[in-house]
Amino acid sequence: MDVKAIKEQFPVLDQQINGNPLVYLDSAATSQKPLTVIQALEDYYKFDNSNVHRGVHTLGTRATDKYEGAREKVKHFINAESTSQVIFTRGTTTAINTVAYSYGRSNLTEGDEIVITHMEHHSNIIPWQQAAKATGATLKYIPLQSDGTISLDDVRATITDRTKIVAMMHVSNVLGTINPIKEVAAIAHQHGAVMLVDGAQGIPHLRVDVKDLDCDFYAFSGHKMCGPTGIGVLYGKKHLLEEMEPVEFGGEMIDFVHLYDSTWKELPWKFEGGTPIIAGAVGLGAAIDFLNEVGLENIEAHEERLAAYAMEKLHTMDGITIFGPEERAGLVTFNLDDVHPHDTATVLDADGIAVRAGHHCAQPLMRWLDVTATARASFYLYNTEEDIDRLVDGLNKTKEYFGDVF
Amino acid sequence: MSFDNLDTLYRQVIMDHYKNPRNRGELEDDSLMIDMNNPTCGDRIQLHLQVTDGKVEDAMFEGEGCSISMSSASMMTQAIKGKPIDDALKMSGAFSQMMLGEDVDSDDLELGDAEALQGVSKFPARIKCATLAWKAMEKGINEEK
Repeated sequence: MDVKAIKEQFPVLDQQINGNPLVYLDSAATSQKPLTVIQALEDYYKFDNSNVHRGVHTLGTRATDKYEGAREKVKHFINAESTSQVIFTRGTTTAINTVAYSYGRSNLTEGDEIVITHMEHHSNIIPWQQAAKATGATLKYIPLQSDGTISLDDVRATITDRTKIVAMMHVSNVLGTINPIKEVAAIAHQHGAVMLVDGAQGIPHLRVDVKDLDCDFYAFSGHKMCGPTGIGVLYGKKHLLEEMEPVEFGGEMIDFVHLYDSTWKELPWKFEGGTPIIAGAVGLGAAIDFLNEVGLENIEAHEERLAAYAMEKLHTMDGITIFGPEERAGLVTFNLDDVHPHDTATVLDADGIAVRAGHHCAQPLMRWLDVTATARASFYLYNTEEDIDRLVDGLNKTKEYFGDVF
Repeated sequence: MSFDNLDTLYRQVIMDHYKNPRNRGELEDDSLMIDMNNPTCGDRIQLHLQVTDGKVEDAMFEGEGCSISMSSASMMTQAIKGKPIDDALKMSGAFSQMMLGEDVDSDDLELGDAEALQGVSKFPARIKCATLAWKAMEKGINEEK
């Protein structure tokens, strides 16, 4: 994998920030976009823009072909059986909310259980809190081990015959933990529960095969995998999606509309009310082509190397706390002693290095870690060992700077 | 690489307030207690105000956050202690103006050490850190009024 050549395809990375070459270490928040994706968006608007599924004219056909072509690409990318299982949404949050609202409210009753973990992102907590409140179901948490992983014994102890839904992130956006989705899905199924995976941090970095995972729902966003913002996907098993009611009603999703009643289109369109996110889907399709060309296996191996290198380098530093397990996806969350992560991020920014500082939309996890905020450096296919050296150098400067002013 | 620009943000007096916060703690029998947080970053402050006869008799704070938010809270409590509530509100307005990089007449302001936070205006991502304590004070006084 030629990282230098890959990096050259991301124009945004080629700039100076505060007089220093940009080192972008915030891909877990959103990834940068390669030229092919930017070009696909531009071409779509320049040459093909039209509404889908209705125009008899040529542009309408082209736009529809591109939109549905993107769905086909997603289908292959996640190894779904059919394009009818690929629903375009605004992002992971909308995808999870669709399941929590539609499947949750029709299938949960008082005494039922929803099981999630203590490491979830707010987007995989709050929809379930709301579903529990609306139905009288109970929300239960799988606890974390001291290293920020979950144990299958705890999974078995938490999931019961009353459990109807298990929802879990594939990869933690804070700890970097890679969760044993396949094993948890099997346990959920033994108890008759369905399994939803928040794949926001999974699919950009790992080969995802929904059939192999045997999950019932998989939700993800385009913008963390080199695609545009505003587009995401909800994958679901066909029989479940078929029994689910739409959550948005209006144009595009209907079959027949009568004065007092209407019927819905078939899958996947019954969940895509209104003019869909056409350009976003086209951009996501281009992102999938790009990732396929580089090879997900290569990306995974590259990030594994970077994470190991970062851990090795950061472990040699004094006065730093690193959160999460040794074996992890391509991100490192940490705090410097006596320096608040916002201050760390500001000093790093002065050095041209972009990291995230805050609670990472995971307040319950922050409380478990007993911190109010942390700093996080996250890596993607365009990052290099040199970027990590710059980070370590920047962190040493941060310590020095705050050491001086104290 | 130079951190000259950073020095306009992290002035000595700011770091002094961060390391040795003034008025940190709780007030007993305080008339007002205001909790406020910055949901995007997790900073939080609990402000205690003792307001008697339209005057801020005492002000204390507890909280967790970065150097900017905590030093600002320390400076704010120092600045408003003993001031009529209307003056405290005016000072908050002036502080917000200062954060927008606007000129404020410093003579009748008496923001005290808080004036050292002027440099924050050049770091837009950090303005909300600096204004958190002032917003909490405004909220408390406006509710009391």
